[in-house]
Amino acid sequence: MSDLHAQTVPYVRDTMLPEQSPPAAQSGAVRWLRENLFSSWFNAALTLLGVAVIYFFIAHYFPWFRHGVWNAASLQECRAIIAEKWGPEASGACWAVIRERWNQIIFGFYPTELYWRPILTFVLLFVAMAPVLYTQLPRVLLWGTVAYPLVAMWLLWGGSIWPVVMIAFGFMLGGVILRIVSRWSALGALVAAIVVPVLFWAFLMGPIDDDLSYIAPIALRPIGSDQFGGFLLAIVIGVGGIVMSLPLGIMLALGRQSDMFLIKTLSVVFIEFIRGVPLITLLFVASTLLNYFLPPGTNFDIILRVMILVTLFSAAYIAEVIRGGLAALPRGQYEAADALGLEYWRAQRLIILPQALKISIPGIVSTFIGMFKDTTLVTFVGLYDPLKSIPDAIRNNFEWKGIYWEPFIFVGVIFFVLNFAMSRYSMYLERRLQRDHH
Amino acid sequence: MKRTVCLGALAITGLSAGFASATTLEDVKARGELNCGVNSGLVGFATPDANGNWVGFDVAICKAVAAAVLGDGSKVKYVPLSSQNRFTALSSGEVDILSRNTTWTFSRDVDLKLDFAGVNYYDGQGFMVRKDLGVTSAKELDGSTVCIQTGTTTELNLADYFKANGMEYQPVSVDTNAEGEQQFLAGACDSYTTDASGLAATRAAFANPDDYVILPEIISKEPLGPAVRHGDNEWGDIVRWTLNALIAAEEYGVTSTNVEELASSSENPEVRRLLGQEGDLGAMFGLDADWAKRAIMAGGNYGEIFAATIGESTPIGLARGLNAQWTQGGLLYAPPFR
Repeated sequence: MSDLHAQTVPYVRDTMLPEQSPPAAQSGAVRWLRENLFSSWFNAALTLLGVAVIYFFIAHYFPWFRHGVWNAASLQECRAIIAEKWGPEASGACWAVIRERWNQIIFGFYPTELYWRPILTFVLLFVAMAPVLYTQLPRVLLWGTVAYPLVAMWLLWGGSIWPVVMIAFGFMLGGVILRIVSRWSALGALVAAIVVPVLFWAFLMGPIDDDLSYIAPIALRPIGSDQFGGFLLAIVIGVGGIVMSLPLGIMLALGRQSDMFLIKTLSVVFIEFIRGVPLITLLFVASTLLNYFLPPGTNFDIILRVMILVTLFSAAYIAEVIRGGLAALPRGQYEAADALGLEYWRAQRLIILPQALKISIPGIVSTFIGMFKDTTLVTFVGLYDPLKSIPDAIRNNFEWKGIYWEPFIFVGVIFFVLNFAMSRYSMYLERRLQRDHH
Repeated sequence: MKRTVCLGALAITGLSAGFASATTLEDVKARGELNCGVNSGLVGFATPDANGNWVGFDVAICKAVAAAVLGDGSKVKYVPLSSQNRFTALSSGEVDILSRNTTWTFSRDVDLKLDFAGVNYYDGQGFMVRKDLGVTSAKELDGSTVCIQTGTTTELNLADYFKANGMEYQPVSVDTNAEGEQQFLAGACDSYTTDASGLAATRAAFANPDDYVILPEIISKEPLGPAVRHGDNEWGDIVRWTLNALIAAEEYGVTSTNVEELASSSENPEVRRLLGQEGDLGAMFGLDADWAKRAIMAGGNYGEIFAATIGESTPIGLARGLNAQWTQGGLLYAPPFR
């Protein structure tokens, strides 16, 4: 063979060549640029266009940021400082407005000396959320989570502590009754656990509260809802809405899948009605229309009204997101639960919902993020949201009249931080709940 | 707090039947607080300061009424209202008075069932343009773009004015004054139109006020005043005569500083009746004799309020003009107190 080969090929190399580094155009930064930015004439043109756009934005807006003034008492002063430092034609940001009024953007008109109350509430929020968000923590902490809404209400709105204690007592009463009576009848226990606390709140709470307040007057200074504003308001409505809309959404999703005609119909009508109506309409219902229906003189707190309607609104969306999760479960899961002999609630709790909720996490968190941003719409019912009402109020003081972009940017950054944190947490949760290894 | 929440929740479930509505005066006295609907922000007229205290020309009316009725000008709950929801807030009972630079018109008085208690500021609609546009009269604005706030009478006046003069315009709708300023400064419209008082304040806050001119034409009558619900005439009387007391006080030289002194020493029978030394005017509408004295002490007479909130010594710098006393060539004319 080798003879033959030698006859057909004039020269054959019999040693390996040493490895050489690739040509300059095929390695390092140049290669990356060629592959990612200039792989064809069309892509090269797009890249250049993109660079031009970025350059335009930076050239246009960077000076505005660089000329920013942090220490000034009014817009006029800001302008004077900028003109002195950067020449009469220069324009710049007047961050001094944020420096002077940031507490209004965060707390609204909450009394300055009582800022510790919302701050403490906010810190406790994380303490209360921790056992829910991180399942490694001891389960006993969940009791703190359950008590948190009442504690937060008391801290934020103030007033006597006893009504809050009474409400908590009512819930405990309901829980105890449910335990005891359910030995004889499940339905009777449910009815009794609802009726007895309601009767307690309606008839006994007033007199007992008066006595206790007389004996031990423990109270915080009451703060009216009209003094809430800014991010305090957005977070109160947002967190309240999130906490209440998730269970309601789950109920609605299950209701829509139910075999019972009435429950199914009610769920479908509710979901489709709420989804068919803009949120602003519901907010107007909360702020003005309810006043026509309620007896005159009824003091039904506006923030609570708005929170309820925001909850109903987002619950309808959550219900549909979860229905998507339920529909995505293979039929076999339902059948397996039945085959194990689990009754409805157990099957839902142990088999169906954990899987369905896991599938729905991105959708649920998207709904929450959307709802949190929608809280700024409360500006239309006269509440001081951080995006429009508070900056408008600031602008209407003569010192800051003419300020426009600075509050928008500041508020936008805070919203971004909060929403980004939510979205990162949901991704962490998805990774942690990953069960199918592939 | 919690209790009211609970009661409200019960009420909404229909457990409690509606009870008969008392008069507004009784409601306010029982509540111990006056609910006053104000602008969510208009420089000089109503605005919360850095500590959340409301100040301004319209706010002063709320304070005077609260002082007259409740004895304390600080017992006011300010309800900020937009131009869209202000009338529903009044008619649904959310506020007792609407003191929100609202123009008194036929249809609002008759059709929307408001009662205007009087006029606290005579305004009119004007135009502002850039100086380099070279326009000296609103008649030269044919074919221009105009920034205009929606939901206000200015929108309708603008249409009327251009139609009456056979001119065309292109409206650029804005929601708030701040947005209007921004659009105007950015060149989105040739002219910005709103009440002349608002234009003056807006121009004064510009970086280069001298580059802009306010055209001489005032194209509308905008009598702004506090309004109450139709049908509760006693309450309407209280608001009307509190406003009149402030105006009359300026006419007779009664100020927040000398009111105590004049109450005991004045020989002028009109002043004596106003301050409760003679007659029993207060008792006629269910208040005590010192009602007007307290109203004047809350923020001063009309002239003092004007000077402190929007007058020439403030950055807004409005001249009295039509809002001077009738004796000074203006339109303010309080009916006699007798």
